[in-house]
Amino acid sequence: MALLEKVDKNIEARAWQGEIPIQSRYTCGLAGEKFFREIMENGRFAGTHCAECEYTYVPPTIYCERCFAKLDEWVEVGPEGTVQSFTVLLVAPDGTPLEEPDILALIQLDGADSVLVHRLGKVGLDELAIGMRVKAVFKPKKEREGSILDIVHFVPVNA
Amino acid sequence: MGLRKVAVVGAGMTKFVRRAQETGKELAYEAAKMALDSCELTLDDVDGVALGTAPDAFDGVHMKGEYLSDGAGAWRKPFMRSYVGGGTGVFAPIQGWYHVASGLFDVCLVVCEEKMSSCQPHPQGAFLTIFDHTTERPLGPNLLWIFALEMNRYMQTYGLQKKDIALVSVKNKRNAADHPCALLGDPNITVEDVLKSEVLAWPVQRLDVSPVTDGAVALVLAAENVAKRITDKPVWIKGVGWSLDTAYWTNRDLYYPKYVEYAARMAYEMAGIREPRKEIHIVEPYDPFDYKELHHLEGLLLADKGEAPRLTAEGVTARTGNMPVCPSGGLLGVGNPIAAAGLMKVAEIFWQLRGEAGKRQVPGKPITGLAQAWGDLMQVGTVIILGIGG
Amino acid sequence: MTAKIKEFPGVGLRESDFTERKVLFTEWKPDARYAWDAGVAIGRYLAELKEGRIIGVRCHHCRRTVVPPRIFCEWCFRPMDEWVYLEDHGVVNTFSICYVQWDMERLEEPLIPAVIEIAGASKGVGILHLLGEVDPREVKIGMKVKAVWKPAAERIGAITDIRYFKPIN
Ligand SMILES: [Zn+2]
Ligand SMILES: [Zn+2]
Repeated sequence: MALLEKVDKNIEARAWQGEIPIQSRYTCGLAGEKFFREIMENGRFAGTHCAECEYTYVPPTIYCERCFAKLDEWVEVGPEGTVQSFTVLLVAPDGTPLEEPDILALIQLDGADSVLVHRLGKVGLDELAIGMRVKAVFKPKKEREGSILDIVHFVPVNA
Repeated sequence: MGLRKVAVVGAGMTKFVRRAQETGKELAYEAAKMALDSCELTLDDVDGVALGTAPDAFDGVHMKGEYLSDGAGAWRKPFMRSYVGGGTGVFAPIQGWYHVASGLFDVCLVVCEEKMSSCQPHPQGAFLTIFDHTTERPLGPNLLWIFALEMNRYMQTYGLQKKDIALVSVKNKRNAADHPCALLGDPNITVEDVLKSEVLAWPVQRLDVSPVTDGAVALVLAAENVAKRITDKPVWIKGVGWSLDTAYWTNRDLYYPKYVEYAARMAYEMAGIREPRKEIHIVEPYDPFDYKELHHLEGLLLADKGEAPRLTAEGVTARTGNMPVCPSGGLLGVGNPIAAAGLMKVAEIFWQLRGEAGKRQVPGKPITGLAQAWGDLMQVGTVIILGIGG
Repeated sequence: MTAKIKEFPGVGLRESDFTERKVLFTEWKPDARYAWDAGVAIGRYLAELKEGRIIGVRCHHCRRTVVPPRIFCEWCFRPMDEWVYLEDHGVVNTFSICYVQWDMERLEEPLIPAVIEIAGASKGVGILHLLGEVDPREVKIGMKVKAVWKPAAERIGAITDIRYFKPIN
């Protein structure tokens, strides 16, 4: 008799419930510290530029992933940019329908080579188009706390 | 086996700190960039990247390997991440080694990173799941239990006292005082300090344990033809070995790490070492707890069973002794960012063999050194042997 | 290394840099809840614990009797051959006296975790459990201990159906 038994009655199937008790605290890092402070204090976007690769990173990095140079040339980018792609979310992560569609977009800020992920607002679904021009709307200064949510959303430039 | 010779040609590291402001990517970058600069290579010269890092739950980033890849210099390159618990820091260069030895890459960058401070309220939360979820976790364990249980078994088997073991902590924290990246170096610490420190899980006290740490370390590995072109001081990887014991840790006798012995024998055989005690000149065994250094010296066959404490007491393992052990200051002194801590040990052997270890330099021009790491459920041993000449 | 590099990279922060918000950071708590299947072997182990019994398994090839039970022998890599009831007493293989919980908060009363070699299993084969009804200073490796069970009505099929092991005088 070998122990090749199978659980064939559901009543015998047992599961033990538990959790992994972790939470995370992420520093914004050296580049992130400058990026988010610039948004928080001045309502401006800062990127880092690699002269060798002619590439501007937004969000910024302290290094160029292409040539591995240390980046210390900071440039102002945006606040306007171009939608590179978008999606319209109609359901929440738990599957329930959203009252208002949530529009997520990849936005290339003017002067940047990489793109930023953020929300679009004040735009009709029939107006949405890749290539449309948008600009950032920041929270009032005293409500900003150095987070990506200090940007409320991006809205069409002509709105 | 038809393997190519592989050399370590460069190394870099960040400071080991309790809480780094840098993101994990930024830490990885600083170490990787320093390693490349040290041997005047650029990213273009790198054929592939081997990354070692502990569970995603520490940094709180799922698919942490992919997240770290650009900071590790892997943009559009072959990239692989390995993880064998605390053994990772020595396994990652082994993985880099076989990619070069096989002929697949000429230059492989090896990077190990850990940012444990992200994990709140304590990284132990991420460690808890190493205990069996159904048969052990309901008992309310914490990570210290397995170390305390193993340490007690080791002490009982050989009739050791706490003071015999505290000597390791004192030696390593003193050594670390000469390491520019160390978190817990202390030139004046005494055995009394260790014995008087807070009891956490007897026999483990506060100063028997290495600290929670953030940091990164990187090495550059190169095939013989490349290595000889870029440096006149290549440090060759002479042997590697690794072995894993069963996860049923309560079914084994914890007094002796048999799996470390298997890993060591594999590495000695590859390196052609028949008398390790004569042929290994410096050792960086894994020391997350002070007794582990002793345990590992015995598993590495560098001390008879139960005799490592005596070697320590007699000064054999001091930086100026016949067999310097943890001249870096080890995890107890430099710090313990899991995977990065293991790779720090390999970097230390590299610097020592090249005579570049500064104030930590051991006398006597060592030519062969060994680094070892350990982890999982007291289960894995990873060993690498480095040497100059030949 | 030290000669070439004047200052190594790495900015160390204090806890107060976070509490006083001197640096920018974000926080996140994942909802990491699981239902881990007990599986065949541990399912039976739990069912037997509910009945007040400890069960192990035996491999005829290497002649080991092991606990916790598993459906395969990891030495021989073949199915285990039989279930074996073990005694509910054993010998302390190693122990600790633990004063902190996992988040490093001090415990009011220390816990005494131990590996207990269970009588009826092969030599050296134990399980992790707690010791109780004993002065921590009196605990010794090699000490004989027996299980203190919860009353039958309170047992749910869990390792905690044994409250702890206590010394056999
Ligand atoms: Zn570049
Ligand atoms: Zn067997």
